[in-house]
Amino acid sequence: MHTILSSATKTITMGHDQPFCIIGERINPTGRKKFQEQLRAGDLSQIAVDVEAQVLGGADVLDVNMGVPLTDEPALLASAITMIQSMTDLPICIDSSIIEALQAGLEAYQGKALVNSVTGEDDRMDLVLPLIKRHGAAIIALPNDETGIPATAAERMVITEKIVRTVEKYGIPLEDLVIDPLAMTVGADPEAVKITLETIYLIREKWGLNMTLGASNVSFGLPYRHAVNAAFLPAAMSHGLTSAVMDARTPMIVEAARAADLLLGLDPWGGNWITRFRKLEAAKAAANTEG
Amino acid sequence: MTHDEIIKALYDETLVGNAPAVLELTIAGLADGMGPDTILFDALIPSLEEVGARFERGDFFVPEMLIAGKAMSGALNLLRPLLAETGAESVGTFLMGTVKGDVHDIGKNLVNIMLEGAGFNVIDIGVQVAPEKFIAAIKEHKPDIVGMSAFLTTTMPMFKVNIHEITKAGLRDEVIIMVGGAPVTQEYADAVGADGFASDASTAVRVAKDLIKKRRALTNA
Repeated sequence: MHTILSSATKTITMGHDQPFCIIGERINPTGRKKFQEQLRAGDLSQIAVDVEAQVLGGADVLDVNMGVPLTDEPALLASAITMIQSMTDLPICIDSSIIEALQAGLEAYQGKALVNSVTGEDDRMDLVLPLIKRHGAAIIALPNDETGIPATAAERMVITEKIVRTVEKYGIPLEDLVIDPLAMTVGADPEAVKITLETIYLIREKWGLNMTLGASNVSFGLPYRHAVNAAFLPAAMSHGLTSAVMDARTPMIVEAARAADLLLGLDPWGGNWITRFRKLEAAKAAANTEG
Repeated sequence: MTHDEIIKALYDETLVGNAPAVLELTIAGLADGMGPDTILFDALIPSLEEVGARFERGDFFVPEMLIAGKAMSGALNLLRPLLAETGAESVGTFLMGTVKGDVHDIGKNLVNIMLEGAGFNVIDIGVQVAPEKFIAAIKEHKPDIVGMSAFLTTTMPMFKVNIHEITKAGLRDEVIIMVGGAPVTQEYADAVGADGFASDASTAVRVAKDLIKKRRALTNA
């Protein structure tokens, strides 16, 4: 099953036989006070910094969230998308739970976007899925509903089943459905990651769907978060995770995913791994000459 | 063990989140004639205060705070009915929930722990709490304060909806309303008409105590 995303000039393929799809999480004002103030004042300059850092870091796709309270989120999201597309050819993951913002973002976007996200609640799906269908986009869906986040893999499978049926009903191909199996914080529940891994495995077995999740969640509230995030990705990938919305600026984490590609046979003969090494060495050499 | 030794051990075991030991020591203390208020105010609350202080300083991490809270809750389940019998007045009743559409609960749980640690009677009605559910819980528990948590910019607007519904139900003057969560600011709290806001768990306790004190001063005046 291949989920294909594109910008005007570049295509990214997500799949169980493809290298891991790294979606950079950084363009998001949540918890970034200064960035929020800038956005509220109409200053988009920080976005350029975040784009550059994530492109350099090795992101395949960029998540764009413009959720700033007390602003016109649809207009802000549309301007951000237009600006980012003038800077990079990486496809974009349009991130909002406000339907008007998703619509404005999709209208501004050139190419085939990924939309983040919809839950398994009927009213949410009835709002979002027609929009996805109309724009031919791909959608991330979360197997939680009005009762909260299911504690077991079996319950997440029940909601995933419902999502799959609803997506089919709206005439959206399953290739364009990406499930978020819900990565919870291991510091708040020792079993949390085990349940996520089990869910990933079961979804891959049953439907072969692509999956992505907010990988940085797992390490919330812990010291040495980078190491925990880096350890999580290969474990999740070996269970069938094909993508993550994640920190694409920290080499340790990106390299964990790329090394796992190699180890799991998704980067035959280490072509990507070796190319990355050469690029980094060349950048280092260039920096040394300059310095 | 002397009573002083039990107090010391309760303090130490709560600090490291050893729930079985805290429960055992509480049972032993009660059996030996210690007052439930002594156990609560001389051991559990000071220990939780220390846990909170360490967390604020960055010396303690989320799992350590959560297990300390669990250890205290285990003992509180035993102590609460006994405290009620002795007629010890609680600092206040705090009704807490994450708003509809939002499933984030870690921040809310940390605040709950700090509130319990400060002597509040905390009633947690969970995540994805719809306005009707807040209203039903206010009627049932008659809290001094209603706390609403939201982690997403997209679920924050539920504060306003909830406050509107609480007002419509004629309950707005019965309760103090506090809001919080990662994206929430004082400015936003004011805009939705909340009475209080705090950016972290220990400030939340301070604000909650202040608001109750002010309200009690008003009603007694």
